[in-house]
Amino acid sequence: MLEHAYFIPFYPLIAFLVIIFFTRWKEKLSAGIAISMILLAFVHSVFVLIAMLGRHGHPLELSMPFIEHPALKLELGMWIDGLTAVMLMVVTIVSACVHIYSLGYMHNDPRWSRYFSYLCLFTFSMLGLVIANNFFMIFIFWELVGLTSYLLIGFWFEKKSASDAGKKAFITTRIGDLGFIVGLLILTFYVGTLNYQEVFAKVQSGAISGGLLAAAGIFIFCGAVGKSAQFPLHVWLPDAMEGPTPVSALIHAATMVAAGVYLVARGMTLFAGSATASMVIASIGLITSFMAATIALTQNDIKRVLAYSTVSQLGYMIMALGLYGVDLAHGHHTAGYVAGTFHLMTHAFFKALLFLGAGSVIHAVHTNDINFMGGLSRKMKTTTITFFIASLSIAGIFPLSGFWSKDEIVASTTGHPFFMVVTLLIAFMTAFYMFRLCFLTFTGEPRDKERFDHAHESPKTMTGPLTVLAFLAIFAGWVGLPWLHHGFSSFVYHDVVHHAGPNYVLMIVSTIVAVSGIGLAYAVYYKKAISADALADRFKLLYKISFNKWYIDEIYDAVIIKPLLGFTKVLWWFDANIIDGLVNLMGWLTVKWADLKMWFDKYIIDGIVNGLGYICMAGSWAVKFMQSGSLQFYALMVMAAAIGIMLYRVTSIGFYFYLIGLVIVALLSVLVKMTRSDRVDAEPNIEG
Amino acid sequence: MPDYNLRIIIPEIFLFCWAIVVILSDLGSKRKSPQTIGYLTMAGIAVTGVLLYFFRGGISFNNMFQSDTLAVFFKVIFLGSAFMAVGSSFGITNERIKNHRGEYYGLILFSTVGMMFLSSSSELISLYIGLELTTIPLFVLAAFYKDDKLSVEAGLKYFVVGAFSSAILLYGLSLLYGLTATTDILTMKINLALLFLKFGKIGPGFILAMVMIIAGIGFKLALVPFHMWAPDVYQGAPTPITAFLSVGSKAAGLVALLRIFVNGLWSFASDVMQPLDWGIIIAVLASAAMILGNIAALRQTNIKRMLAFSSIAQIGYVMVGVVAADEMGVTSAGFYMFIYLFANMGAFAVATVFGDQTGSDNIISYAGLSQSSPLFAAGMAVFMLSLAGIPPMGGFAAKYMVFAAGIQAGYTWLVILGLLTAVVSLYYYANIIKTMYFAPGESTIRINPSFPAKLVLLLGVVGVIIFGIFPGPVLEFARETAGVFGF
Repeated sequence: MLEHAYFIPFYPLIAFLVIIFFTRWKEKLSAGIAISMILLAFVHSVFVLIAMLGRHGHPLELSMPFIEHPALKLELGMWIDGLTAVMLMVVTIVSACVHIYSLGYMHNDPRWSRYFSYLCLFTFSMLGLVIANNFFMIFIFWELVGLTSYLLIGFWFEKKSASDAGKKAFITTRIGDLGFIVGLLILTFYVGTLNYQEVFAKVQSGAISGGLLAAAGIFIFCGAVGKSAQFPLHVWLPDAMEGPTPVSALIHAATMVAAGVYLVARGMTLFAGSATASMVIASIGLITSFMAATIALTQNDIKRVLAYSTVSQLGYMIMALGLYGVDLAHGHHTAGYVAGTFHLMTHAFFKALLFLGAGSVIHAVHTNDINFMGGLSRKMKTTTITFFIASLSIAGIFPLSGFWSKDEIVASTTGHPFFMVVTLLIAFMTAFYMFRLCFLTFTGEPRDKERFDHAHESPKTMTGPLTVLAFLAIFAGWVGLPWLHHGFSSFVYHDVVHHAGPNYVLMIVSTIVAVSGIGLAYAVYYKKAISADALADRFKLLYKISFNKWYIDEIYDAVIIKPLLGFTKVLWWFDANIIDGLVNLMGWLTVKWADLKMWFDKYIIDGIVNGLGYICMAGSWAVKFMQSGSLQFYALMVMAAAIGIMLYRVTSIGFYFYLIGLVIVALLSVLVKMTRSDRVDAEPNIEG
Repeated sequence: MPDYNLRIIIPEIFLFCWAIVVILSDLGSKRKSPQTIGYLTMAGIAVTGVLLYFFRGGISFNNMFQSDTLAVFFKVIFLGSAFMAVGSSFGITNERIKNHRGEYYGLILFSTVGMMFLSSSSELISLYIGLELTTIPLFVLAAFYKDDKLSVEAGLKYFVVGAFSSAILLYGLSLLYGLTATTDILTMKINLALLFLKFGKIGPGFILAMVMIIAGIGFKLALVPFHMWAPDVYQGAPTPITAFLSVGSKAAGLVALLRIFVNGLWSFASDVMQPLDWGIIIAVLASAAMILGNIAALRQTNIKRMLAFSSIAQIGYVMVGVVAADEMGVTSAGFYMFIYLFANMGAFAVATVFGDQTGSDNIISYAGLSQSSPLFAAGMAVFMLSLAGIPPMGGFAAKYMVFAAGIQAGYTWLVILGLLTAVVSLYYYANIIKTMYFAPGESTIRINPSFPAKLVLLLGVVGVIIFGIFPGPVLEFARETAGVFGF
């Protein structure tokens, strides 16, 4: 099964093709095919994981050449190691949950089959991205993932905001991809291969200069910045929430946005080759994480809070990986690599759960605004419980899975005091805004009576996946318990196994931080001991910055979009006045000139054109005459051609005489035919 | 005691016997089971393919019959084209030729046996016999619609011009025999070299022989200016037979050309050997084929006539590979033929099914086909793109190989001409796609091909796409065929 792991992406691809071409009209069948193929991929991934555990994470590479050229070798292949096996599990589990959940959520949607086929195409792309063994393939799937994301964000394209969000996501990530492809070109020119292992071998042998390595690393990281919504390209992700909520859960929370983190983890050797590149990565991660966390504090749209939370958590992972690169460049092995990948896995589960839970709420009350919710725990038992589990997990409460991975992230900042302080601050904010959301949504008095009355628990197809994911949100982190010597950390190791062991001081500190965050939220939004409005008034400036998302969209609008539009206006003015003026002047001159030429045209050119026309007519008539349908003539032509070639090879003068003779004979026979035109019609004739 | 080594002609023997079985079982079933006879024929061809895999390699009948890689490669093409022709014939055997189904299928098989013999013969007499065995059943097949004036006329024309060309070919072969006192191609090669070394030149008799043979084989290939029969015959003959003529029969001509010229007269293909250089003759004919075929195809309104001129042009591209006359040349010509098999048989299969179900062969009737039968139209689009040489279809890889071979051999002008005419050809191929997808639809009939026709279309599409993206294995196979000539 392990050797055939390359087949895993093909299950959803088959489903996509079958749905698009054959079962589009049968909605139930389409969904059935999609779900069963995803489950097959999941089962296959389980086998791969088991096999990899048996090999203790020893990697396997299979590839076949695609293009071979002395300067560049491209191949199609797969690289399976511990990280790949884990990612296969994450993608297939979340995808399967989302597929099943969508049965309930997308109920009665007119484009149901298309929705499932897109989901399958996305899963195919994501699995291909994970399994690739070279940067060339990862780029192909990277773009495919971007395309399906665009299709799904704009799935309800009748809504202008949805189609705008799709465009925004596509264009913004494309800016990052431009950097990515520049990075790949650098690798192509200076390394000559895009295979991971060959590139890494070159990097480690020191064959590439430091500056080049930093440039390649930072450019490739641009791709991750776009896809993982890192500052300054994070603006698309909150808007992407216009897509169906299951899509947000699958693509914009659990898998695709994690692709950037995966890329950084996968190319760790490359990035770690340059301390500069690694520091850039870590800083971007930290800035993003902090900024997104502050924004999430004040948002009122349930999905946007989660979206900013996602951005913040992704920044966490990127920061951990970047710090690992910095430490590695200085010769230390620290916890960052394991922390980043570990959090990538646990986050996928609890964030998917949060989104699906939010979807369940939206399904019940038909709004995204938490101001119209409240008290829903009385109506929606399963949703409430699972949502609280996920929130506790993301806040980092012992012993849920988020606790262990967040603990690792905090541990990875050891040696970088500034990073550590900000990281803990982010952890506090995370706990606060998550429980703000929980309390406002599920507890207290309903703020919109009418919506509350119509609210109901979601169907089994939706609560089922919630339960599965809640289970994972609790237990998935246990594979990386610090007391385990052969746990997650040795399975996905990079270079040298780093095993930190438990750090009780950090555990206690981060627990205190998380609990105090929750406590503050409890005081403000549950007990209402502290007024939220008073707080907002007190810190008016900070509140405004946070609520308006640091004005990033406005800044982009003012700095890039407005000037661009202004520039087009200038160009328009230039066009309308200068160019058109010139054009009109030219036009006047041309008219005068044309008068002059008309005479020439009328008598000289027309004469030539008509002459050519007559020649062509005569020529086509000659061809028609040749393809006359007359058998004897065909045989004659064979003979004449043979004699012609013969003469041409033996004596060229004879050939020219022969040619002239043929033309004369042809003309004569045409004349004869014209004078006896009555006979021509009588002959059997096939049009030529 | 001569060693006949019958083992290696088992596929031919089997196919021959199977043809008789097909005819007899049609008679035995009182001509009542059209489907069964068709499936029986297809099964026979498939089994022959399997036999070919097991019994290949070696020589027999005193070197007259060789089962080398070249032979096997082309036999695959012959069997493929026969298979696809039979698969697309189910419609007409149901409707139009109720009384002679057995004979129809039997004759296709007989002709295929002839092609297989032809590709295996390394000696002039058996080569000529193979050619005749191929052609004579085709005369009959072309005239198979006995009540259709066009079809009967096609058969008769094909027969008379064919017999005429055959006589010319035979004359050329006999001259060659007179010059070299042998009919074995390898011995002939040596004797010619000796003759040349002894006298420093070879007289006009040799040129005459060369030109006669080119004319004779040029007829089979429908090479300009020996092509004049082709449009009339292609239009009149039953469409599957037209397809078979345009692929199987042409591949047979190509293998004869390769055996005689590239193998036997190879040493005369260079500028130094003027006026014995046959390369330039074929190059000029190829350029004429590319120009005339493509330009004449532009204005055709009948799909079969359009495909006829298209196939005249296509053979011009194959000739670029033949002219190169080196390892890459032979490889590319073989590969081109292989891709052409899928694309052209597929296109004709579409034309057949469409003609059967709508009764029209006019290009304009294809309007709106993409709405009424989207898959069917998509298949046709794939074939057209491949014939035009658009990546990632196989036709692109094939054209690329052929042109690369031409450049390498120094025929730059021919390649430039080929590229220009390929641009021209895009117009009429794309015109079909335009008609199917963008012209206001009048076709409301939903085309529903029979199962074997679906199989043929699927085979064509898969072949064109798969071998376009992964040409490796076939190219390797084709390269081995070049090894037969010692390249």
